[in-house]
Amino acid sequence: MSTTPLLQAAGLRKTYPTGGSRLVAVEDLSFSLYAGGALGLVGESGSGKTTTVRMLVGLERPDQGEILVQGAPLAARTRGRAARLARAKAVQIVFQDPYLSLDGRISIGATLDGVLRLHGCADRPARAARVRELLAQVGLGAREAAALPRGLSGGQRQRAAIARALAVEPAVLVLDEAVSALDVSVQAQVLNLLSDIRRDTGIGLVFVSHDLAVVRYVCDEALVMYRGRTVEHQPVAELLAAPQHPYTRLLLASVPHPGWDPEGIGRRRRELASSQEAAS
Amino acid sequence: MPLLSYEDLSVLLPGMARPVLDGVFLQVEAGEAVALVGESGSGKSVTARAALGLLPPGASTGGRVTVDGCELIGADAATLRAVRTGKASMIFQDPRAAINPVRRVGDFLTEALRLVGGRSKAEAEARALELLAAVGLPDPPRHLRQYPHQMSGGMLQRVMIAGALTADPRLLLCDEPTTALDVTTQAEIMAVLRALQQDRGLGLLLITHDLDLAAASCDRIYVMYAGRIVETATAAELLAAPRHPYTAGLLGSSPPLHGAPQRLTPIPGVPMGLLESAPGCAFAARCRFARPGLCDQSAPELEPAGGRLVACHLADTVLSEVDR
Amino acid sequence: MSALSWARRIGGGPLLRACVLVLALFVLVSLLAPWLAPQDPTFGDLGNTLVGPGAGHWLGTDKGGHDTFSALIEGTRTSLVGPLAVVLFSTLLGIAVGLFSAWRGGWIDTVLGRVLDILFAFPALLLAILAVALFGKGLTAPVLAMAVAYTPYTARLVRGLAAQEKVRPYIAAYQVQGHSSVFVALRRLLPTIMPTVLAQSTVNFGYALLDLAALSFLGLGVQPPTPDWGAMINQGQAAVLEGQPLSAIVPAVAVVLVVVAFNVVGEHLGDRLAGRES
Repeated sequence: MSTTPLLQAAGLRKTYPTGGSRLVAVEDLSFSLYAGGALGLVGESGSGKTTTVRMLVGLERPDQGEILVQGAPLAARTRGRAARLARAKAVQIVFQDPYLSLDGRISIGATLDGVLRLHGCADRPARAARVRELLAQVGLGAREAAALPRGLSGGQRQRAAIARALAVEPAVLVLDEAVSALDVSVQAQVLNLLSDIRRDTGIGLVFVSHDLAVVRYVCDEALVMYRGRTVEHQPVAELLAAPQHPYTRLLLASVPHPGWDPEGIGRRRRELASSQEAAS
Repeated sequence: MPLLSYEDLSVLLPGMARPVLDGVFLQVEAGEAVALVGESGSGKSVTARAALGLLPPGASTGGRVTVDGCELIGADAATLRAVRTGKASMIFQDPRAAINPVRRVGDFLTEALRLVGGRSKAEAEARALELLAAVGLPDPPRHLRQYPHQMSGGMLQRVMIAGALTADPRLLLCDEPTTALDVTTQAEIMAVLRALQQDRGLGLLLITHDLDLAAASCDRIYVMYAGRIVETATAAELLAAPRHPYTAGLLGSSPPLHGAPQRLTPIPGVPMGLLESAPGCAFAARCRFARPGLCDQSAPELEPAGGRLVACHLADTVLSEVDR
Repeated sequence: MSALSWARRIGGGPLLRACVLVLALFVLVSLLAPWLAPQDPTFGDLGNTLVGPGAGHWLGTDKGGHDTFSALIEGTRTSLVGPLAVVLFSTLLGIAVGLFSAWRGGWIDTVLGRVLDILFAFPALLLAILAVALFGKGLTAPVLAMAVAYTPYTARLVRGLAAQEKVRPYIAAYQVQGHSSVFVALRRLLPTIMPTVLAQSTVNFGYALLDLAALSFLGLGVQPPTPDWGAMINQGQAAVLEGQPLSAIVPAVAVVLVVVAFNVVGEHLGDRLAGRES
């Protein structure tokens, strides 16, 4: 493809000290995300998903490798207001827990207003209009704008968190298990909202989830992580139709479906773990 | 006689606009796996706890709950103890919250065996080893000496299942037992539960929000909404042709893993809270089939429709429209 | 009244309301002291020493002939201003140290934690006495010393709360939005934990008052003839043996009332916040 990727990760590595040695959380992670694209990051707890997310949004610094947004490397450490705001414009995030990711003391409208003011919108009426527009985009109205987070349902809070991220007008939006804490019926509303936003804005999505069906619904490509390493990276349709890596196959077999037999999963998982340990 | 039976169980809490549970009917036979599916606030956990005689403080109740012939509503302490220590056990969503973090796994297991079962120390330890092996833990003698923080969530949930088995129950109540676990670990835990149900003839009541998990691992499914059972059928029937608009809505809300991709049709609005009430069908406000003057006026009873029980005024008309 | 019904009352509202009322009363008195005191408390009427309560002296006089009631009222000022200064300084300092420590984390947090541990080992009163030995008697030196001694309590509380709050996603969201660390820590994190910190400061106020009164009682704090409750107890103690205990008992009761009231109100604030959290 001739166009520059919206977001590019090149050889990311992150380790943490544990006792004497270092625990490798993420090893040699690379991917490209183009405008309007959606990449699914799939993996279980301890796979390195969370560390990857924290590196993408600048909450952690990679030990090695770099992150490029529209071809320009993201500064690992930001100095000064301009650098901070530029970083914010690159990547925004929606967290898993809608009950913990909003400031409980500040109304939804004031939260959005604060983001717009920070990002240089000085005109008060213009900000108010933009707040209404953002809220309308995620299906919220004046009542929700005036409410504190505790006055809203889980789904409404997650919509508000999405609006807050969109207010920065980022190139890429990272969704960290953003629908897994929601009730099934509400989850579907948010999933449809995300696909609408993607269609309407051309924003790039990095969608982190343990749920393959949800990843399939939102993303075109999926990257499967296992113990910090990328074990498979394919278009979602191919990944589901013809999974290459044993871990991906195990993951697919673990999803409950009619005629499901979970009997052999434990044995397969242990075999996989010991073969991975032998390989590394 | 069914192993577990709810007959018209209602639970009212002071200060709430509607009953937490409203005329619940549910049965589990020995050796049968039954799922109770619902969203947050539907009352599914309250239902499960009622089978151990655990009701929210200040609740007023109506109807009956029996476990193996023992009536639990209004039962005396001796009956409750007899049920909890020999007939029914429960496992929970978060095993870490349900186990004392400063005591060894072995103490956790043998304490119950010695206290309730009256076994000697050696006997209790031998039994604990058996139970740890039965839930598929690879090295029982080592696990007996471990502390909870040394185990993964999946292993700890197995310990909790072993703990539930110390009382030799005939009924296992599982309240979202795999929600906090990874997908592969969920499969392993469900395999353990299935083996217990099939090999030991345990009755299993699985409380979950996940209709796919329920259908894949249980024989029959009850769907609960706002404290009422709205539909019950075999797992296969329910998935193939939901008769209640809420069940259909749940199915339309979860993206499929295979098949042609199509846009989800979510249920509008949010589940009904305990501070809201409706004179008619609790689901009417979110239902795209609801008929004004009917659905918002009177609450539908759970009645036979299409070879199963459905609580919907329009069960027979909706039936043809939502077939998929 | 049975012990049971008393226990019930202590847990409930009437005690709290009474304590709030007591505090309000003392604050009001301290503000209006010059207009409320019927006589000049520094004037020693040597013709009327150690008289009992009567029309001229409502609560009698001490052995120097000072009017006890007037001294009590004027003493409210010095007795409340000292602890107020201690609590203000220690709260500000504690917030600064605790917040910085939690926000930066790493070795800075470890070092500051050790420093606080060492400060914890010094009783506030001992530090105050040390300050008096170095800088002389009066209110200023002990107040500053005690402000330092009370800082670890607030600092450790702030550090714990802030460390807990810092890892919450909403704080990460502010950082990702591009806000500066100073803004997030001071304008967003601090207000969230402030109510709990203020509850602790309220409790500290009572203890600081007690410590300062003890210092004055030892003759190291506020110096006569400036009226102060601790100094009044000191002046009155000899008279207790002569069968005239009123000039010592009156300020002692005032100290107990205020300390208990601050404790009850502070604990209640803390409990209510804990209840709101869960």
